[in-house]
Amino acid sequence: MDIMKENPGSEGAVFALRDLYSRYGYARFKMSKFEEYDLYARNKSFLRGDSIITFTADGGRLMALRPDVTLSIVKNARDGSETKKVYYTENVYRESKGSHEISEIMQVGLECIGEIDLYQTGEVILLAVQSLATIGENYILDISHMGFLSALLDEAGAEGDVRDALIGCIRDKNAHGIAAVCKDAGIADDACARLTTAATLYGPFAEAIGKLRAISVGKAENDALDELEAVHAVLEAAGCAEHVNLDFSTVNDMSYYNGIILSGFIEGIPDAVLAGGRYDNLLAKMGKEGGAIGFAVYLDLLERYNTPERGFDADILLLYDEDTDAVALTRAVKMLGESGKTVRAQRRVPEGFRCRQLLAMKDRGLEILETHD
Amino acid sequence: MRFLKHMINIALPKGRLGEKVYETFEAAGYGCPALKEGGRRLIFENEETGVRYFWVKPSDVAIYVERGAADIGVAGKDILLEYTPDVYELCDLGVGKCRMAVAAKNGFRYDAGKTLRVATKFVNIARTFYNEQSRDIDIIKLNGSIELAPILGLSDVIVDIVETGTTLKENDLSVVETIVPISARLIANKVSYKFYNDAITALAAKMAELTAQRAETK
Repeated sequence: MDIMKENPGSEGAVFALRDLYSRYGYARFKMSKFEEYDLYARNKSFLRGDSIITFTADGGRLMALRPDVTLSIVKNARDGSETKKVYYTENVYRESKGSHEISEIMQVGLECIGEIDLYQTGEVILLAVQSLATIGENYILDISHMGFLSALLDEAGAEGDVRDALIGCIRDKNAHGIAAVCKDAGIADDACARLTTAATLYGPFAEAIGKLRAISVGKAENDALDELEAVHAVLEAAGCAEHVNLDFSTVNDMSYYNGIILSGFIEGIPDAVLAGGRYDNLLAKMGKEGGAIGFAVYLDLLERYNTPERGFDADILLLYDEDTDAVALTRAVKMLGESGKTVRAQRRVPEGFRCRQLLAMKDRGLEILETHD
Repeated sequence: MRFLKHMINIALPKGRLGEKVYETFEAAGYGCPALKEGGRRLIFENEETGVRYFWVKPSDVAIYVERGAADIGVAGKDILLEYTPDVYELCDLGVGKCRMAVAAKNGFRYDAGKTLRVATKFVNIARTFYNEQSRDIDIIKLNGSIELAPILGLSDVIVDIVETGTTLKENDLSVVETIVPISARLIANKVSYKFYNDAITALAAKMAELTAQRAETK
């Protein structure tokens, strides 16, 4: 939090988060800005948004500016039981949600790949909570479970288009939509009611788990809830459980994500700043063994958060003219700057420039022209 | 530590629908007397009930809510389908009922051998609808007076909102098929929903209750 206070906005966050992840032994992972387009074409539904910037490299290979970091890390991960813990600070190029234009988004994140047990899962979630705490005062981490949702959908017999339509409604907490889809598809009332409960449920862990137990009939659902409860115990032990809520409206692509899903929010930022989860299925798709869990923090959203309006462009604007001695001017700038003030020297006042003090370099010394406070 | 209670910002669609929906908000205990006084004010607050209303263009409500300038809002299902904003859809308010439909000149028949020319304001909805049928179409985006298009031969069909069908009838047009029924929905910003959960769920529950009561008495 201290680094953040000195450097509000995304720059301070980068330092603070890097520091946090390396304290838990995560190693910095640096990668190239582009990858072969094929990697993204094969895993299109893993990405948020469809647009990718491509270009042709030597020999006619089609390359892409990286829209995502996780795919690159997983691609480079070696097989085997060795657990790999990495963090990264990278720019990605993809559609921003509001404007649907491609933009450069700064992202800090971590991935834990290999043998994922309860401790590793707990540690990643704990780091997600601490990442949010680093950035903002009032924050919430929502946890969802793909295993639970897919079990509910399987029991309802929802497949194909009906399944997609139901997932869309769950994502929007759209209870009347779920009812309509179930009615059209002939899904039983009790299955429909379970889906509605899961979709509309929101709240602190302990309270929500009870409601979910009540609607769980199958083994798969109860297994998922057991995992959530175990993770909650780990978070409580770490003193991080207070800001964690259960919310099943966060639904990621089931062909990549299989277990716990994370999304994090800061009061005052209208979109999720953190997203991630368990993605063993992606590893399997790439022909690798083991499990993986990770998350990313989107720093572009912090730009407007907690950064005070810049009242002044510089503390001091020092004016000089063509007769001013450059050596004397250099000394004057150095002297003024030694008190910790920002000094800008130039011949004329730039348009719209605001400074606390306007000084002029005269033969007999510095002259104060204006003072604003 | 926050000492000030957060006011719930509500974006209402300008016009008849918005006024009607506001009556439900009022009946649910979220009234704001200043709203009815008229004048040129843009924002209306009621500190007691903790709500702040503002009127915006109906097609802009979803943008205000998605971007968090409003915590909740009222938008037609047509707008939600067309712009697919990332928001929660908490309740079907059961007002502003109409349907999104395909209409054409009376006696129109699909010709599978030709590209279908479709005039519409709702490009996304039309494209999704015909994509699902794998039909080759040419979309003509218009901003108003859509009914003119088939009459002047600009398009074969139109995709538009049909309320009573009077305009269609008077111009020798008729509905070919219905795409989806439309009504006003209560939507919420996903992050606001989490941070002001108690206030928003209480409000949504009251609105749903009143909507259900009204449906029963009809």
